[in-house]
Amino acid sequence: MSTEPSRQINTNIPSLPKVKSGIKGLDEITEGGLPQGRPTLICGGAGCGKTLFSMEFIVHGALSFNEPGVFMAFEEKSEELAVNVASLGFDLNQLQRDNLLKMDHVQINRSEIEETGEYDLDGLFIRLGHAIDSIGAKRVVLDTIENLFSGLSDQGIIRAELRRLFGWLKDKNVTTIITAEKGDGALTRHGLEEYVSDCVILLDHRVNNKISTRLLRIVKYRGSVHGTNEYPFLIDSDGISVLPVTSLTLDHAVSSERISSGIAGLDRMLDGKGFFRGSSILISGTAGTGKTSIAGCFANETCLKKERCIYFAFEESPMQIIRNMLSINMDLQKHVDDGFLKFHASRPTLNGLEMHLVAIHKMVKEFKPRVVILDPITNLITVGSVSEVKSLLIRLIDFLQAEQITVMFTALTLNGIVAEQTDESVSSLVDSWLLVRDIELNGERNRGLYVMKSRGMKHSNQVREFVISDTGLELVDVYLGPEGVLTGSARRAQELHEETGVLLRNNAITRKDREIDRKRMMLESQIANLRQEFESFQEELNKSFIEEELTKSFMEKNRSELTSNRDL
Amino acid sequence: MEEIEEKWELRLYVAGKTAKSVTALANLKRYCEQHLKDKYVIEVIDLLVEPQLAEGDQILAIPTLVKKVPEPIRKIIGDLSNEEKVLVGLNIRPTAK
Repeated sequence: MSTEPSRQINTNIPSLPKVKSGIKGLDEITEGGLPQGRPTLICGGAGCGKTLFSMEFIVHGALSFNEPGVFMAFEEKSEELAVNVASLGFDLNQLQRDNLLKMDHVQINRSEIEETGEYDLDGLFIRLGHAIDSIGAKRVVLDTIENLFSGLSDQGIIRAELRRLFGWLKDKNVTTIITAEKGDGALTRHGLEEYVSDCVILLDHRVNNKISTRLLRIVKYRGSVHGTNEYPFLIDSDGISVLPVTSLTLDHAVSSERISSGIAGLDRMLDGKGFFRGSSILISGTAGTGKTSIAGCFANETCLKKERCIYFAFEESPMQIIRNMLSINMDLQKHVDDGFLKFHASRPTLNGLEMHLVAIHKMVKEFKPRVVILDPITNLITVGSVSEVKSLLIRLIDFLQAEQITVMFTALTLNGIVAEQTDESVSSLVDSWLLVRDIELNGERNRGLYVMKSRGMKHSNQVREFVISDTGLELVDVYLGPEGVLTGSARRAQELHEETGVLLRNNAITRKDREIDRKRMMLESQIANLRQEFESFQEELNKSFIEEELTKSFMEKNRSELTSNRDL
Repeated sequence: MEEIEEKWELRLYVAGKTAKSVTALANLKRYCEQHLKDKYVIEVIDLLVEPQLAEGDQILAIPTLVKKVPEPIRKIIGDLSNEEKVLVGLNIRPTAK
């Protein structure tokens, strides 16, 4: 360290150049692809996808990156290979005609070979060199070169020649994939990893509980950072897709936009606005409590807003769900026809958990929904343990939240045990947790809905009665009386009882009103009488007063007349 | 003794004039002269000159001797230093001395 005191991180140092493999997800794990101009070893057991993997590398190189490739097969004939990959839409014959691909089948027939004395594998070098030069290849695949070991007996020569071959390929600056069969306790049967030291990828095909999962792991990648986990991958009609890195950071953007659950009463319980966009929602409940109906309602609401939704059903077929939802006044078929809703129904046991995750990933990437529903997640436990399901859900939630997709899970709880395992392990992950419970009272089962938690919003702490009717889903305030919580017909009875009370009270009130009216009328007539009395009295008074006035004026007149008469 | 005259068509694949190739050719010529006098044709193919020919006969190792005729096709790789193996490979019964 002291010898190089001035050494600093220099961003100008050329980092390892990489070539994109074109295999979905792999380039993300390797942060750019395979090391350019160097050999990469792909090892794994029989049937784990080595040949397909390398074939995709060649075909994508030829079609997408303008890098012609040579495929040297030591196992399968060129025609067989062409037929095998035709189902993926790869036309190898056309590629060969276009000079983008050169295939060479190396056949080693032990029975017709006799070895005597010194030899080398210059023939192989010349064939390969000729193939590379004839189309200007940048990529080379040697699909299972280990077959040399079974075809030739002098292992010393083969090993020396392989070492020379890999060096020679590096000099030719072609990116090479070498496939090799997995050996006992070693990566490869013949220790090829000793020679190929730049990049080693291990493919695995594991069967757990009769369910198979394909896994990929980068064992080593000299001069590059890479993901070290085992990544599940899927081989389907589009070829290989590797699941991208598990998001380890929690830094995805959040939205404060709110979306309705499709049930007005539920929205009211959630601060009057519904869920956050991009949040995760868990609905748990015992059998037959209407979890699927809530999920269907949410899907319906999403589609009504012209947003896309994928419904992953692990229990019922799409037809079944559509029919059942129609009975509560929701036409999901219309949304399917309009292209807003997509169903994906599969039994959990169809493939391993990881495969489900990959399938969900793929569909989400293709369909770009705003809402994803998984109904129910508890069925997944049949294919994996609780911790595996949890890790799957963590990754799924991470992925969906990064894409700002709202996800709704339903989970079945066993009767009576609320804190059932799935709830326990999943509930800490989700943002909102709704619990639908049976409330059994007076020989009747009714549904009660609680909001167990809902992060970042004010939510109701009340139990609401959850009513499924022909017109849809409704949340009704339960009756809290002296005898406790009343639901169903007990609540209805209580309501009727209250209605009767209101009627009686109303009647009583009107009777009282009438009495008051009568009283008032009586009083008023009395007042009128008194007033009349008063008026006549007043008139009487007025009369005597006027008479007095008249008398007074008359007397005065008389007196003045008398006075004037006396003066005369 | 066979009535029909058999002809051995032999091809020797080499890559340039390496020591091994030269040894192999010398060995081959010696055996043929000894056991197949006037019944053989040797064609020497230099893959450095004609690399496209390597695929046809499935050549991996150098030097390789290919016996096309008489059937069955056999390949003998190496510098042909073991006479017995070469003769077995070429389907030649050592002629009575």
